[in-house]
Amino acid sequence: MAEKLKVTDKSVYLNRRTFMRGAVLAGTATASTLLYRRLNPPPPEKVEGDKLATTENAPKEEAIRQGYSVADTLTPLEAITNYNNFYEFDTSKSGVARAAKGFVTRPWAVSVDGLVNKPRVFDLDELLKFPLEERIYRLRCVEGWSMVIPWIGFPLQKLLEKVEPTSQARYVAFQTLLDPERMPNQRTGVLDWPYVEGLRLDEAMHPLTILATGLYGETLPPQDGAPIRLVVPWKYGFKSIKSVVKITLVSNEPPTTWNLQAPYEYGFYSNVNPNVAHPRWSQATERRIGEYSRRDTLLFNGYGEQVAHLYQGMDLVKNF
Amino acid sequence: MTFPKLVIFINALIPLVLLLWDLYHKRVGPNPLEFATRTTGMLTLIFLSLTVAVTPLRKIFGVNALVKYRRMLGLFAFFYGALHLLTYVWFDRLFNLASVAQDVVKRPFILAGMTAFVLMVPLAITSTNQMVKRLGGKRWARLHRVVYVAAIAGVVHFWMLVKSDTRLPLTFGFIVLFLVGYRLFVKYAPPQQPGAGVNLFPPR
Repeated sequence: MAEKLKVTDKSVYLNRRTFMRGAVLAGTATASTLLYRRLNPPPPEKVEGDKLATTENAPKEEAIRQGYSVADTLTPLEAITNYNNFYEFDTSKSGVARAAKGFVTRPWAVSVDGLVNKPRVFDLDELLKFPLEERIYRLRCVEGWSMVIPWIGFPLQKLLEKVEPTSQARYVAFQTLLDPERMPNQRTGVLDWPYVEGLRLDEAMHPLTILATGLYGETLPPQDGAPIRLVVPWKYGFKSIKSVVKITLVSNEPPTTWNLQAPYEYGFYSNVNPNVAHPRWSQATERRIGEYSRRDTLLFNGYGEQVAHLYQGMDLVKNF
Repeated sequence: MTFPKLVIFINALIPLVLLLWDLYHKRVGPNPLEFATRTTGMLTLIFLSLTVAVTPLRKIFGVNALVKYRRMLGLFAFFYGALHLLTYVWFDRLFNLASVAQDVVKRPFILAGMTAFVLMVPLAITSTNQMVKRLGGKRWARLHRVVYVAAIAGVVHFWMLVKSDTRLPLTFGFIVLFLVGYRLFVKYAPPQQPGAGVNLFPPR
C-alpha cells in the first residue's frame, strides 16, 4: 500500500532555520560579550581602612602657602584606589586593586641603617606614633595623568633625625618589600625586584617629603602602598616608592629601578618638568583624573616656590 | 548580506556597543578617555590580525569560503583604527591639528601608529568590487599586501608605548609575524616533490 511521502511543511522548515539562525546569533553575541567583558576593567574595589588621628590642620591659606595643601578639587577615593601603578601586583592600572586585596601588612618593620649613628628597626606601630599630618598634594605620573590626594603622614625628616645621619651621608636609598608570595607579580620579570628608589639627602630632609601611612583619613589601602610609602610631590609618581621596608643612608647616588630599566627615559632626579619631554611623549600637559580636558603641567608640579632652591645652578635638562 | 556575514557584522559591533554603554554608565574606570583610546586601539589590532589570518587559515584548512569575510574584517580594522585616531585627536590633542602634526614628527610611536592608519586608507578605499575590477585582480592583490606593513606598524606602535610590560604587544607581534612568515614561506619555499610526504600546504 503506497503511503503518501511525508514532506516537511515549508513553514516548519523555515521556522527551524530561523530558529537555528537566531540561536547562532545569540550564541556568538553572548560569547563576544563575555570575551569583551574579560578585557574590560573589573568593577571598582571598595576599600576599608582604620581611622587615623591627625594633628590640627593649619588654616587653608597658610597650608597652601607652605605647599602642604592645594586649592584644587580632591580626586575621589574610588579613583585613587582603582587606578594604580604598582607593578608588584599587576601592570594594569585597573587590575592592581584586585590583585592587592588582602595584602597582609602586619607585622611590618622598616629598618633604617647605613651612614647613621643610631641604626635601628622601626615597627609599624612606632611609625604610626609620629604626629600624623594631613598633606593635600598633587601627584603627577610620568605617564601624563595627575591626581590630588589627601595623604596622612609625617615628614621623613622626623624619622631621619632619630637615626642621626653621619656627615658622610649624602643620599637616601629606599627599598620595597621583596616577597613574591605576597606580591605575586614579583614572579615576573617586568622590573628588577625589589623596587628601589633614592633621594639626595637635602631632598629627603625637605619638609614636603613625607612618609605616608594613610589617605582620606584612613590607613593606606594596599594598592596605594600600604602600610607606609614615600611621597615626594614635586617629582614624578614613580619616585614615591611604596610599601617601604628599608631606608639606607649612603654616600653615593643609589640605583633606582626605572633608571635601571630605561636610563635614557628616567633619570635619578625625575622632577616634574613640562619643558623636558619624555623621549616618547611630551610632559607639557597632563590629564587630571576626572577632567576631560588637559591642563598645563607646572614646573616642579607647582612646588617651585618650596623646592626650586634645591636645584639652583643645576641643568635640569641634563639632570632629568 | 548573507547570514555568516551578518553574524560577523553583529559580533564585530558588540565591543563598540559595550564600550559606548560603559562610557555612558561611567563604568570604564577613573580615566575613561584613556580607556576608550586603549580599547579601540586593541580592537584595531585584533581585527587586523583576523584579516591577515584569513589567507593562511584558508590554505591550511582548505576553507576557501573564508575569503568572503576578509573584506568585512579589514573594514572593521579600519573602522576601529579611525575611532582610535579620533579619540587621540579629540581627547588627547583636543582637535589641535598642529600639535598632532608636531607629535607625529617628534614621537616615533605616534609616527608608527599614524603610518599604520594612513596605509589602511587606500586599502579601505579600494575595497569595493568595482575597485577590484578597475585595478585588476593582480594589481589589487599586490596593493593589498600593504596590510602586512600596516599590521606590523600597528604592533610596533603598541610595543613602543608600553613602559615595561611588553607581553601583550609581543603576543600581537608573534601572531602577525607568524602570519607574515607563513605567506613568505608558501611563496618562497621550494615546491614539494609528489609523494615526498604529506603536503601540509596543498596548492590552491
